[in-house]
Amino acid sequence: MEQNFTKGLRDGIPICLGYLSVSFTFGLLGVGMGLSWWQATLISLTNVTSAGQFAGLTLMMEGGALIEMVIAQFFINLRYLLMSISLTQKVDERFRGISRWILAMGVTDEIFAVAMSQEKPVSKRYFTGLFLTPYLGWGIGTLAGALLGEIVPDGVAEIFGIAIYGMFLAIIIPKARDSHPVLEVVLIAAILSCVIYYVPFIHLSSGLSITLCAVVAAAYGAWRHPLPAEPEEDDAGTVPSADNDMQAVNITKEVHHA
Amino acid sequence: MLSLSIYFKYLAVMALVTYLLRALPFVLVKKKITNVYIRSFLEYIPYGVLAAMTFPAVFTSAGGVIPSLAGMTVALILAYRRKGLLTVAIGAVALAAIVTLIL
Repeated sequence: MEQNFTKGLRDGIPICLGYLSVSFTFGLLGVGMGLSWWQATLISLTNVTSAGQFAGLTLMMEGGALIEMVIAQFFINLRYLLMSISLTQKVDERFRGISRWILAMGVTDEIFAVAMSQEKPVSKRYFTGLFLTPYLGWGIGTLAGALLGEIVPDGVAEIFGIAIYGMFLAIIIPKARDSHPVLEVVLIAAILSCVIYYVPFIHLSSGLSITLCAVVAAAYGAWRHPLPAEPEEDDAGTVPSADNDMQAVNITKEVHHA
Repeated sequence: MLSLSIYFKYLAVMALVTYLLRALPFVLVKKKITNVYIRSFLEYIPYGVLAAMTFPAVFTSAGGVIPSLAGMTVALILAYRRKGLLTVAIGAVALAAIVTLIL
């Protein structure tokens, strides 16, 4: 099976469609929270990440400190570090140098998953195609949402604030349903976050509170429910994607409770 | 409103941190992380972050507490039924809007 630019473009289409709706919501929301259409679109074109952008938007509009932005983005997007490391094991020997610096922009959950599922090593032409279609979808979706958001009256926009959290819940809840360890992590982080917010004598900015809660909850998860060791690298294409990791979490759970 | 210079500062910080997390390991790292605790920590981190961001902020996210809680309830139900991101978001906004109109 040839693995070239056109195949990459084609494989990127399903990702592109998924991205249209998420980025549309981001554009709508960004404008609802006070950005102009080009500001929302520029965030999408330079970041290409869902949770990080929504968190960044919130911090931006709440006037959070720049260091909070650094910390929040670092922890929210820390998973890309892992994916990029995995991807170095998957690309062919000609995929190096400047093309790695450029195409690193394309490391998202979905593009990573598709790239890792290829039977052959991933070439830079294929990865370029695989990045391009979703990237266009991400940009165009944001622009469309932002332009629609510009004509929505202000009083209505406030209600859209809940959309971000609806999206977050749509990411968290299905995983927590499948994986008991993830459920524990989510509950610990949520409860700790509420305690920090509502107990009067604790004063933490939102960025630091989020970081603290997430690190405590994830450290607890790693300590109590470590994932099983990764399989050997004999057969290409079996490196765990996010979904496989979740299955691994389930297996761990069964072992723990057995 | 956000001033342009502040907007660009936030934008630069966001984009740079996100990009470096992707690019540095891609360019520099040759080996895989084998430590199971570090891998597990990285696996759990996104859920901790999202949960801490959602609670308690969601309780007032649609303006008033009652519309927010109504929207959150719908979001929880739709998310539990594995509906897509946009569906859950729209469902939450729709009920929050209806409750706001009624109150």
